[in-house]
Amino acid sequence: MEAAITQNLVEVEDVEFRYDLRPVLKGIHMRFPRGKVLAIMGLSGCGKTTTLRLIAGQLKPTRGSVRIAGRPVHTLDQSELYTLRRRMGMLFQFGALFTDMSVYDNVAFQLREHTALPEAIVRDLVLMKLNAVGLRGAHRLMPSELSGGMARRVALARAIALDPMLIMYDEPFAGLDPISLGVIGNLIRRLNDALGATSIVVTHDVQESLKIVDYVYFMSEGVVVAQGTPDEIRASGEDYVRQFVHGQMDGPVPFHFAGRSYPSDLRLERALG
Amino acid sequence: MDRRVIDLWVGIFVVAGIAAFFVLALQVSNAGSFNTADSYRLIAEFNNIGGLRVQAPIKSAGVVVGRVDSIEFDNDKFVARVVMRLDKRIKLPKDTIASILTSGLLGEQYIGLDGGGDPVNLADGERLKQTQSAVVLEKLIGQFLYGKAAEGPAK
Amino acid sequence: MDSVLLRALRHIGHRVIDGVWRLGYASRFFALVLLRSGPSFRRFPLTIREIYYAGVLSLIIILVSGLFVGMVLGLQGYDTLQRFGSEEAVGTLVALSLVRELGPVVAALLFASRAGSAMTAEIGLMKATEQITALDMMAIDPIARIVGPRFWAGVISMPLLAALFSAMGIFGGYLIAVVLLGVDAGAFWSQMQASVDLQEDVMNGVIKSIVFGVAVTAIALFEGYDAPPTAEGVSGATTRTVVTSSLAVLALDFVLTAFMFRGT
Repeated sequence: MEAAITQNLVEVEDVEFRYDLRPVLKGIHMRFPRGKVLAIMGLSGCGKTTTLRLIAGQLKPTRGSVRIAGRPVHTLDQSELYTLRRRMGMLFQFGALFTDMSVYDNVAFQLREHTALPEAIVRDLVLMKLNAVGLRGAHRLMPSELSGGMARRVALARAIALDPMLIMYDEPFAGLDPISLGVIGNLIRRLNDALGATSIVVTHDVQESLKIVDYVYFMSEGVVVAQGTPDEIRASGEDYVRQFVHGQMDGPVPFHFAGRSYPSDLRLERALG
Repeated sequence: MDRRVIDLWVGIFVVAGIAAFFVLALQVSNAGSFNTADSYRLIAEFNNIGGLRVQAPIKSAGVVVGRVDSIEFDNDKFVARVVMRLDKRIKLPKDTIASILTSGLLGEQYIGLDGGGDPVNLADGERLKQTQSAVVLEKLIGQFLYGKAAEGPAK
Repeated sequence: MDSVLLRALRHIGHRVIDGVWRLGYASRFFALVLLRSGPSFRRFPLTIREIYYAGVLSLIIILVSGLFVGMVLGLQGYDTLQRFGSEEAVGTLVALSLVRELGPVVAALLFASRAGSAMTAEIGLMKATEQITALDMMAIDPIARIVGPRFWAGVISMPLLAALFSAMGIFGGYLIAVVLLGVDAGAFWSQMQASVDLQEDVMNGVIKSIVFGVAVTAIALFEGYDAPPTAEGVSGATTRTVVTSSLAVLALDFVLTAFMFRGT
């Protein structure tokens, strides 16, 4: 069956997901058009990483469908899923580089496993990918010798080794210094445009992502509470979005952890009569 | 880690392991102890072999000169037919006596050969004329008790 | 109102059910490892690499321990046997003890603590740093690529290590009994050769070591793969590997011995 060539590479439709009995996603609706960079934002536990896993086929939705290029991901068997994954790249939160091999071997890994290209061509490709992230000179180093930012850039080079059509980023900005933040953000945008791919960035780093993405989905407690272009998001009147974007202390997400009232904890109630 | 160094060490490891296995098989167990080319066979028949086992040593004057090759039951004569394999260099006279002895008090049993004065030697495949069976402890005790009982009650 | 007894019973029931569920999960994992063993052999260098890390790097501890165990057997054996005038049988004692029991069992226990726990830690760490997920996302089956070669490396290494342990032990026994205590060398070897049977003793010992290899490696790999992806999770899994494999080896040893050495 011909996969329909739609404008959207990824379509998440009416998806619900439950972990044991606990509902994590309560019906979300997202579209990821080809060639664009999109962000899924929200606090920890809102379900954004789960959404990413559903798109990657690591989890199956309890209801609804996830389609990539028209094909439902959750109905694929292992070999079909693996065929699909060769066209996808994923950047993990702290890089997840293979610690027992060098930078060069990490990037070359997928080329060696999935293609029969001769080593000379593999070498050229690896050095090209490393050059794109600015680390061609570091190809002999081991992952333990890299800084956080460098490790993440190598992981990025590894993720794009096979020129994927879909690149997913799980908290790419977490724990980076300001320069590395800028570098990663830039690379995400540039690589996406250079490859003509679609990128999905899961993050809670507002400022960096709003600079580079085309569209944002805001999630809270398993539902999409807001969506729009970066400008729309910045100007949004939605309480949750405002608190998130401007880093306000109190709002829909309360400052105080739920508990007893202050006077009662300090045992002032009786004193005050 | 360099692939060639790993391959080398794995190779050494596997060879050492297989060598250890061969040591266990040949040196430690009874798989290949006697070189049959340098030996000849003699037959001895016993009324009772006691605990004698195949591969038990055959000693003459306390020196190991051979090994027990096989033990069979002879249904015609109702005796145990033991085939002994002896070192070719050892020549034994025709009147050699084979006895089944025990090593120590509770040790394993072996065949002891006592040579006589016969000028003619035994040839390959010949049978020894005289043998002495193993001492079976139960029979000994039985004899002792029977003898004691025959004496009658103490006077 | 929950009485203490009721809570205790419920807790025990929970643990039992959890244990049974985990056993089923582990069996499924084991079946998968076996089914997807093709790449371990088609790409044999992967397995060779793991034989290096599991087998070669365990050599020192196996050889040294084997030597010491053999020497102790020689000492103790001589001491007891000479009371019956049977000190010449010390060779038999050392050889049979090692080849039938101590070689396979002690080598397996040492392998579990050295190589088994290393495998658990390695795989647990790979899981915790998302390397396993990364492989999965790169369309490479982590069980076929990471677990498989390690499993077969363990199964291949174990009998070799057990044989080396026994051989070293016998050498150690020889050193003590013949060189030190003056037992006649000829008697030492000839009595041993008379009592140790290739089929009954040596081969049965080899079979035991192969079975132990399967058990220890499977447990080590499962605990690593199933470990919670945290530091405490991995360290707990490593401990569990050593404890569970040791118990499994001893239990299997009993079962196998009962089968093999009936009425000898």
